Amino acid sequence: MSDTTHTTCPYCGVGCGVTATVDADNAVSVAGDKTHPSNKGSLCSKGTALADTVGLADRLLHPMIDCVRADWDTALDRVADGFGQVIAEHGPDAVAFYVSGQLLTEDYYVANKLMKGYIGSANIDTNSRLCMSSAVAGHKRALGEDVVSGCYDDLETADLVVLVGSNTAWCHPVVYQRMVAAQERDPNKKLVVIDPRRTATADGADLHLPVAPGADVALFNGLLAYLAEQGVTTDLPGGDEAIAEAKQGGDVAAVAEVCGVDAADLATFFKWFAATERTVTVFSQGVNQSSAGTDKVNAIINCHLLTDRIGKPGACPFSITGQPNAMGGREVGGLSSTLAAHMGFDRADTVQRFWEAPAIATEPGLKAVELFEAIEAGRVKAVWIMATNPLVSLPDADRAKAALAKCPLVVVSDVMRHTDTADYADIILPAAAWAEKSGTVTNSERMISRQRAFLPTPGQARADWAIMCDVAKRMGHGDAFAWDSPAAIFREHAALTAFENTGERVLNLGGFADLSDADYDALAPTRWPVPAAEPLRAAGAMPATQPVDQLFTDGVYPTDDGRAHLVAVTPRGPANAVSADYPLALNTGRIRDHWHTMTRTAKSERLAAHIPEPFVEIHPSDAEDHDIIDGALATIRTAWGTATLRVIVTDRQRRGSLFAPMHWNDQFASSARVGTAANPAVCPISGEPEFKHTPATIVPFQAAWHGFIYAARGLRLRRAADIDWWTKVPGTRFVRHEIAGCESLDDIKAAAKHWLGVAARDVDWLEVSDEAIGSYRAAHVDAGHLEAAVFIAPEPARLPERSWLAGLFTGQPMAEAERAAVLAGRPADASADTGPHVCSCFGVGRMTLLRAIENDGLDTVEAVGKALEAGTNCGSCKPEIAELLAAADKG
Amino acid sequence: MSDSTQPKLDLVVIGNGMAGLRVIEDLLEIAPARYNITVFGAEPHASYNRIMLSPVLAGDKEFAEIQTHDRDWYANNGITLYTGEAVETIDRRRRMVVSSEGREVGYDRLVLATGSRPFIIPVPGHDRQGVISFRDITDVNEMVAASEQGGKAAVIGGGLLGLEAAYGLHKRGMDVTIVHLMDQLMERQLDPTAAELLQHSLTQRGLSFRMGAETAAITGDEAGRVNGLRFKDADDSTLDADLVVMAVGIRPNIDLAKSAGLHCDKGIVVNDTMQTYDPRIYAVGECVEHRQAVYGLVAPLWDQAKVCANHLAWRGHSHYDGSVTATQLKVTGIDMYSAGDFAQGEDTDTLAYADIRRGVYKRIVLRDDRIAGVVLYGDTRDGGWYFKHMQAGTDVSAFRDLLVFGKAFVEAGDSDEPTQEAA
Repeated sequence: MSDTTHTTCPYCGVGCGVTATVDADNAVSVAGDKTHPSNKGSLCSKGTALADTVGLADRLLHPMIDCVRADWDTALDRVADGFGQVIAEHGPDAVAFYVSGQLLTEDYYVANKLMKGYIGSANIDTNSRLCMSSAVAGHKRALGEDVVSGCYDDLETADLVVLVGSNTAWCHPVVYQRMVAAQERDPNKKLVVIDPRRTATADGADLHLPVAPGADVALFNGLLAYLAEQGVTTDLPGGDEAIAEAKQGGDVAAVAEVCGVDAADLATFFKWFAATERTVTVFSQGVNQSSAGTDKVNAIINCHLLTDRIGKPGACPFSITGQPNAMGGREVGGLSSTLAAHMGFDRADTVQRFWEAPAIATEPGLKAVELFEAIEAGRVKAVWIMATNPLVSLPDADRAKAALAKCPLVVVSDVMRHTDTADYADIILPAAAWAEKSGTVTNSERMISRQRAFLPTPGQARADWAIMCDVAKRMGHGDAFAWDSPAAIFREHAALTAFENTGERVLNLGGFADLSDADYDALAPTRWPVPAAEPLRAAGAMPATQPVDQLFTDGVYPTDDGRAHLVAVTPRGPANAVSADYPLALNTGRIRDHWHTMTRTAKSERLAAHIPEPFVEIHPSDAEDHDIIDGALATIRTAWGTATLRVIVTDRQRRGSLFAPMHWNDQFASSARVGTAANPAVCPISGEPEFKHTPATIVPFQAAWHGFIYAARGLRLRRAADIDWWTKVPGTRFVRHEIAGCESLDDIKAAAKHWLGVAARDVDWLEVSDEAIGSYRAAHVDAGHLEAAVFIAPEPARLPERSWLAGLFTGQPMAEAERAAVLAGRPADASADTGPHVCSCFGVGRMTLLRAIENDGLDTVEAVGKALEAGTNCGSCKPEIAELLAAADKG
Repeated sequence: MSDSTQPKLDLVVIGNGMAGLRVIEDLLEIAPARYNITVFGAEPHASYNRIMLSPVLAGDKEFAEIQTHDRDWYANNGITLYTGEAVETIDRRRRMVVSSEGREVGYDRLVLATGSRPFIIPVPGHDRQGVISFRDITDVNEMVAASEQGGKAAVIGGGLLGLEAAYGLHKRGMDVTIVHLMDQLMERQLDPTAAELLQHSLTQRGLSFRMGAETAAITGDEAGRVNGLRFKDADDSTLDADLVVMAVGIRPNIDLAKSAGLHCDKGIVVNDTMQTYDPRIYAVGECVEHRQAVYGLVAPLWDQAKVCANHLAWRGHSHYDGSVTATQLKVTGIDMYSAGDFAQGEDTDTLAYADIRRGVYKRIVLRDDRIAGVVLYGDTRDGGWYFKHMQAGTDVSAFRDLLVFGKAFVEAGDSDEPTQEAA
C-alpha cells in the first residue's frame, strides 16, 4: 500500500511540482508531477534525488539551549523572555529576525506580522536580500510593484531568449530544458547568453557574450541607444532621460570595448534584439548580485519598455529567482524594505488596521548586511535566524561570525543539528523539514503551489509557523497568532493582499480569502492575481478562471501615474576595483548538483558525486601568471578573507577573473567558505551584496602531500594537527575526506592509523608504501568489510580516481578481487571504473561515457542517451555530455 | 659454409645433469651435424630434473615423472652416453678424457658441466650415519627410507633447499626442526617481513625452528648413528634427531678442472663465451664462476647453455653477461618469489605491499626507476612479469604507483585518462 502526495520541490525558484510516494516499507520515492504546469513532469538532477535527502541523519530532533537538550516550554520561554527583555530595555529595533526563501509563505507571513506588527520593528530581513532584492527594487522603480509579468510559457513562445547572468542550465535546469526543447522544435528561435563565464548554459547558446564583470549596464544602455537610433521611440516617463544617458556610452564599438566583448558579436545581439518582437530577457544573480544591481535590472527593463515588449506572449523581462519561495516571501513582505503584501511603509496605516497591530513598523528595517553589522556593533542584541545559514551565505562572513559570537541572544531554527550558524546559537529550535511541512510557495512565474507533508514530523520538530506563534503568545500577542493551521494563515495573508486594494496592487489573492481548509488542501497550482471578484474554488480541479499568463497587457501599471517608467542609469564599475595586490575578480555562484549550504544536497551521494570538492576556476593565462596548477590546491585571498580550493584551469573562465562555488562551508571543508572572501559592498538601492565581484588574488597552497580517506564511519579529522586542508564528500555508506598537509609526515603509517582511529596492533591492515616519493596507501578491514582506506601521495595526480572505491562500501564483505585491488584504487579490469558522475539521475560516470563515446562511436547527446540513458531523465547533464563529445572529437 | 661439407668434430660433455644436457639440446637445434657427442654421467641414471627433487621427497611426484631424457633419446640423437662413469682425468695435451672405467675418449671440444656438491659443515659428527645432504636422487631415497621410521629430523639450513627438505620430511611424517644460523629464513632471497611470513606459514604447517642457532656438534649413539645436535650457546642446548639433513649450501665441483690445470677460483673461471682458460674447454652450470659470480639456480644455467651451444656451433655472436636470478620455493601452498638484488641502498627506492592477514607481501626495489629486485610472498602470479621488466630494464616511472599491484592493474590502466573531477 503506497501513498502519493503532490507537493513542490524545495530547491530553486522554478518551483517544480513533484509527487512523493511512501511505500509500505516507508521507502520514499519522488518523481516529477506531470500535472504541474511549471514542469509538466520534468525534474532536474537535484529534484530527482530528493528521496535521498529525507533521512534523519544529523537532524535536530529536540530544542537545545547552550548545547544541552531542552524541552519546548523552556526553550520557547527563553526565546520570548530574551526577546521581550531586549525590547523592553533597548526598544524593538534592538531585535531582529533573519529568515529565508526556504520558509513557506505561511511561515513567512507569521514572522513578518510578528516583527512588523507586534514587536514594532522592520528588522526582519531574509536571505532573498542576497539574491533577489535588486530585482525587487528594479521592478518597483520601473513597474511600481515587484512583479514578474510573464510566465515560463513565454520562454517557449519567445523567438529570442536572452539569458543575462544566469547559468540556467545548472541553476534552473527544468526551465532551461523547456527553453531548449522549444528552440529545437523551431530552429529559427535564438538563444543569447550574456555571462562572463562560458557556462554549460553558454554552450547551448547561438551567441555567447562573455561580458566583463559589472559591465551589464553599459551593455544594455548600448542596446537602448542602438534601439533608439533604429528609430524606436517611447513616450513613457523617463524614456528620454534614459536614452540620453544611454547614448553617452558611444557606438557599438565603444560599448563592445567597455564590455570586453567582440564588437561584431555585440552588433549581432543588438540586431537580433531589435528585430525580434517576441523577446524575453531572463536575468538572475549575475545581474542582481552587484553594487549596481538595481541599475542593471532597470537597464534591462528599459530595453523592454522602449520596445513595448512586456505584457505580451513571448515578450517580457523575466527575473528568475534562486529560491523555492523567494517570491512568496516577497509577497508577504518579508524583506525589511517592504512592509507587507507588496505594500511599503507608506501604507503602514492600512496594514496596521488589518492586523490591528499594536506597534506597526513605519520605517524600513535593516537589510541583511546592515543587520549583521548592527549585531556586531551591539545595536541589535537578539536575533532569530530561521531556515538559513548566514555565516556561510553572507559576504564578509567571518565578520558575521564575529557578530553572532558576541550577540547576547542568538536563536536558530533549523532542521540540522550542526550548521556553521547553528554552532553559534544560544538556542536551537528543531524545525520541520520539507517532507514534513505543509503550506504554499510561489515560484518565479507567480504560480502558487501547495507544499504538502508526506512524512511525519520526527522527534520534537515543529513547523516554523507554529514555533513562532507560540513565542508570540508568550510575548502577549496570543489573539493575533491563534491560527490552528497553515490554511488559516494563508486565508489571512490572502485577505491582506485584497485589503483596501482597489487595483493599486497587482498582488491580490482576495479570491483565496475564504478558501476552506479542504479547498486549501486540494489547491491546484494557481498563478496570481486571484482577485475576489472572480472567486476561485480550485477543489483539486483547474482554476475556475484562466490563469493570468501576462500582466500589464493593458499598459496600466501600479505606479502613481499608472505608467511604466524607464530609469536613466549610468554605468559604474564594481564598488571595489581590482588592484595590483588583488588583480583578479572573484565571482561566486552555484553548481549543478548542490544547493545553498549543502545541508540537504550533501545527503545525496549521487549529488555529492557530481563535483565532490570545492573548487576555483581560473583562466590558463592567469594560472600561469600566479603559478597555479590544474588539480592542485590554491588559496584565494581578498581583503576580507581566504578560501583554499581545488584548482580547475579552464578557458571557460574569463581572463582576469576567478569563480568559486558558494556551497561549501565549515561542515564540509576546512577552508571553503567563500562568503568569508566576498566583499560586503552592496547595491545602495537594494542592499544586495556584490558577490559577483570581489578583488582577489590567488596563491598556490604549498602542500607537502595530498590524499584522501574513505571511511565507513565518520572521522574526527578536524582535530588532526597534521591535516592542514580537508573537505568532506558524503556518501550513503561512507564518508570521503580529501586531505592535504603542509608538513611532510614523518611516520605516515602512524598518522594514517591515528586518523582512522585504529589503535590496536593486531588489526587487519593492508598497506602500500613508496617511501622515496612519499606515497602511502592503507586499508583497514574488519571481518572482511572495508572499514576505511587512506591514500597519500606527493601530488594529486598520483592518487587514484575515487569513484570505484566508493562502490566497495556495500555493507557486504569485500570479494577477494576487491581486496587485492582496494589499494590500487581501481579494479584490474579498467572497464569497471565508472569515473565521477556526470549523469546523477542514472549514475553514469565520466569514464563510462568516454569509453562508450570512443568504443561505440557515439557522436551525439541523443546517441549517448540511447546507449547509456545518460541525460535522458532531467537533462541537466546534457551540456557536459556535449562537452565530452566535443573533446573526444577534437582528440 | 655448410655443416655437411665439414668433417664432424668430437664433443665430450662431462656431466649428465641439466646444464650439460641443455647445451646438447641447444646445439642439436642449431647445429645438429657438427659433432659426435659423448656424455659422461657419474650418476647411474639418465638425466632427470634436479630441481624437482623436492616434490619427489614430499611425495608429490614420482621419480619417473622428473626424468627428462631416457636412453632412447640419446640413441636417437646419436649421442654416446656413459652413466655411472665419472671422468677422472682430462689430458689436455692429447685432448683426451679418461673415465673411472679407464675409458679414453678424445675431444675437439670439451664441456664441463660437473655441477656442485653440497657443503658439509665440518663439525664433529658430520660423518655419522644418518647425516645426509640433499643433492641427488640417492639422497632423496635415503631420506624417504629414514622417514619411514618416523621420528625426528633436524634440517640444518634455512635456505631454499633446507626448507624444501624439511617440508618433504614433514609431509612424510617426521617431526622436523629447521636449524638456521641466521635470525631469518632465506636471508639471501627474502627480506625480514617475507621471511617472517614464511616462517609463520611453515610453523602453522607443523614445522619447528631453531633460529640463530649454530651447530657445535652432531651427536650420536654408540652404534655411531646420529641422535641429535648440540648448539654453541650459553647452556649447550641440544636437539634430538634421528636424521640430520645438511642443506647449508653448495660448492662448485671443480676438482676435475683443477686437476687438469684449468684456472679456478670459487668455480671454474669462464669468459663471456663460457670458455675456460683452455679455449677448447667450455664450462657451464653450477661449477662455473663467471665475472666472480657463482650460481646455484636453474635460470642462469639455461642462459649459459645457450651461449655455450651458440659458440660451439661456431655462430659466435652471443655473449653471456651474467644472470639476474629468480627463486621460487616449491612448498605446496606457499607462494614465494624472489629475484634480483633487493638490498636497500642509497640509490634504491622500495615499493612495498603488505596484506599480512591474507599472507600477501610484495617488495620491489627500484634503482633509477628500473626494477632491481623483487620479493613476492603469498601472491607470486606476477613474478615472471616483474622479472621480464627487470631483465629488460624497463623504466617503470610511468606506472610506478600501480607497479606493486602487478600486470593486470598496470596494463588495465593503459587507456586511462588522468582524473579530472569537475567540469
